[in-house]
Amino acid sequence: MSDSPALVLRDVAKSFGAVVALRSGSLAVEPGSIHALVGENGAGKSTLVKIVAGVHRRDAGVFQLHGADVDFGSTAESKAAGVAVIYQEPTLFPDLSVTENIFMGRQPLGRGRRIDRAAMYTEAGHLFDRLGVAIDPRRPARGLSIADQQIIEIAKAISLDASVLIMDEPTAALSGVEVERLFAVARSLRDEGRALVFISHRFDEVFELCDTVTVMRDGEYVSTDAVAETSIDQIVSRMVGREVAELFPKAPAEIGDVVLEVEGLSSLGTFHDVSFTVRAGEIVGLAGLVGAGRSEIARAVFGVDRYDAGSVRMSGRAVAAHKPRAAIRAGIAFVPEDRRKQGLVTDASVARNVAAVIRRGLTHAGLLTNRDENRAAGPWAGRLEVKTSALDMNAATMSGGNQQKVVLAKWLATEPRLLIIDEPTRGIDVGTKAEVHRLLSDLAGQGLAILMISSELPEVLGMADRVLVVCEGRITAELSRDEATPERVMHAATATVHHSAEEVPA
Amino acid sequence: MSDTLLVEPSAVSPTKRAVGGLLRSREISVAAVLVLVIVLTTLKNPNFLFSSDGWRDLLLTPSLLLLLAVGQTVVIITRNVDLSVGSTLGLTAYLTGKLFVEYPGIPVWAVFLAGLAAGAVLGLVNGALVAYGKVPALVITLGTLYIYRGIFLTWAGSDRINPGDMPSGFLDLGTKTILTIPVLTIIGFVVLAAVGYYLYTARGGRELYAIGSDPDAAVLYGLPVRTRVLSAFVLCGALAGLAGVVYAARYGTISSGAGYGMELQAVGAAVIGGVAIFGGSGTVWGAAIGAFLLVTINRALPVVGISDFWQRAVVGALIIAAIVLDRVFSAREERRLVAARDEMRNAK
Repeated sequence: MSDSPALVLRDVAKSFGAVVALRSGSLAVEPGSIHALVGENGAGKSTLVKIVAGVHRRDAGVFQLHGADVDFGSTAESKAAGVAVIYQEPTLFPDLSVTENIFMGRQPLGRGRRIDRAAMYTEAGHLFDRLGVAIDPRRPARGLSIADQQIIEIAKAISLDASVLIMDEPTAALSGVEVERLFAVARSLRDEGRALVFISHRFDEVFELCDTVTVMRDGEYVSTDAVAETSIDQIVSRMVGREVAELFPKAPAEIGDVVLEVEGLSSLGTFHDVSFTVRAGEIVGLAGLVGAGRSEIARAVFGVDRYDAGSVRMSGRAVAAHKPRAAIRAGIAFVPEDRRKQGLVTDASVARNVAAVIRRGLTHAGLLTNRDENRAAGPWAGRLEVKTSALDMNAATMSGGNQQKVVLAKWLATEPRLLIIDEPTRGIDVGTKAEVHRLLSDLAGQGLAILMISSELPEVLGMADRVLVVCEGRITAELSRDEATPERVMHAATATVHHSAEEVPA
Repeated sequence: MSDTLLVEPSAVSPTKRAVGGLLRSREISVAAVLVLVIVLTTLKNPNFLFSSDGWRDLLLTPSLLLLLAVGQTVVIITRNVDLSVGSTLGLTAYLTGKLFVEYPGIPVWAVFLAGLAAGAVLGLVNGALVAYGKVPALVITLGTLYIYRGIFLTWAGSDRINPGDMPSGFLDLGTKTILTIPVLTIIGFVVLAAVGYYLYTARGGRELYAIGSDPDAAVLYGLPVRTRVLSAFVLCGALAGLAGVVYAARYGTISSGAGYGMELQAVGAAVIGGVAIFGGSGTVWGAAIGAFLLVTINRALPVVGISDFWQRAVVGALIIAAIVLDRVFSAREERRLVAARDEMRNAK
């Protein structure tokens, strides 16, 4: 092997439509080392990984493997070039056995090109031994916990015998013992001269395992240091890196009575003992990492998902569990994270979308006319300054910002007292972001209670009167506006919970 | 659905595991129902099984549906469906007759080859539209169902092929037996064995299951999804083409109604045989037993004296029961798997 690094990315850029996911990503990984890649949610880490994996094609920049320029058009090409990737979310075939999942597409062949099942099971057994887990290689992948699935992913990547191994948050679901095992395997792979990239939000893991750390922020490369020569504080400040407090000012509003009261909400395997309140005129920010359980909490409060224990009260009155209709009647509005999938009928007109929730009140003798829809939608769309030439316009053709406004208009038409909004500005260009923020601020000023989930730290810090930080399904910090600094939020969001094997949800 | 034992592999002997897996398998339960139907009907009328015609018909009648069900299964496993097989069958059956009319003296093997090739081409059209056009297979093949039937109607008009148009050497295939087993059934079994073997032991076969189990994951794995889906449709079309030739040999008369509605029987046979309609699981063995059950029940009910209306209702009930049972069992299986994994962790 030559002196050139195993993997080099320089000034790599990638946009999806109008949204820039990666401005200028750079990374150089030496063979025989473990390289940490850290950054806030949305910093562009996963996009970078997907470019290396051949899922996305870069728009610009240098991409080299072992000193040679490469350009992967598919995951098969990157695999063939010796790149193995463990994705953040496991991608398994539920109907097939665990072993088949590991070896799919490259099963050991015996005589006559038939699959040598015995060899396959033995090999899978060795892999599991090495990782120190007891999973029957013959059982189907269906029914495995996220942690188990993650282990299958790891086994798959190891068995690829790759020269570059990328792990995108492999430890998020693992217990302490399993993490130790994984690290032992990672170190032995490093000692064999392979290059490893390790993405994690847990700084203690980064400092324990890695040799070098690269920081990314807002889709750009920030710095690369030897782990021995840096500190957690230094890295956190680089990840956050800017003064944000005044970027999204929320106008002070009169904080009124408690509107939403959540007590002891628990759902096996997703969140535990969650209690909080939201008052009228107040914006409460729910901060935390992707996968911490924030959206799940919101969905449970609104009644989309079930919960095992706890209660939800609106203005002191209990809201029935698992009944979105009851939640709407109690005055809750919910703008989900994925507008296209969950909040907006993109193939329908603006008016129809806005009127969808209040349709019941609009019908005459069971019939609903376009005129009625337009009449009901008009005032709301106007108030939110939805820029559509006519209410008949198709929602799919609008910009992200306007789509968000249509979803908001749809819910505001129900005259809610509490608005739950998940990632209000995801996929929205910078100019419109400020508009959405101003809108939320205005609504709070009119006495609406708002629970806002956001992965963008500046947004949370700028908008929220109070910040609740969620980490691994628990609220780990409650910070007032003055207390909430980027550093404190990040520390609470990455607070490593050392859980034992029994605690790991199945 | 093979075995799903959760203990350490070394703790159970391979034979015991194989037997356990077999006993729990869907194929066995469908086969048991088939045996039950045959036994009950034979008790009512011994000729159903014990006359020479009875035995032959028992094996011969399902041979057509067997071919279609095997092809359909391969497509369904990839989370697709091919509704055009009935029309393909009709078209190739007519082609078979036409070949004998236009080219007297054409060897029988050449006719078989032509049927396979014609079916494969029709399957290729389906496959290309599904794999590259990104349109759901249900819509595409519903369209080609009508198009292929339309081509057939235009070509044949009111014309029909009669037994006199075809050489006796070919028609004899429809009745000939080897060791009391009809030749057409043997063709079906050979195809069944070949496809079953491929699906179980070849990489390509396993990849079909993977694609149906989670198409997105299959792309991330770098599997050749399009090529595999395309090949599944080509195979399904080719087998429908072969079924068309078999149809001609068995019935001798081919009118424009040939193969009408057969596609739904093929889907029904696969579903009854335990092939999951959403892909990823099931075997051609199950589908074959399903085809036998479907055809045999249709023949048995009149013997037992059940009216025409109830005959159809029974078939419908069978399909619904198969799907409902599937849901119930897979939900229970999933709970069992979760529980077993939980236990193992706690024991650790």
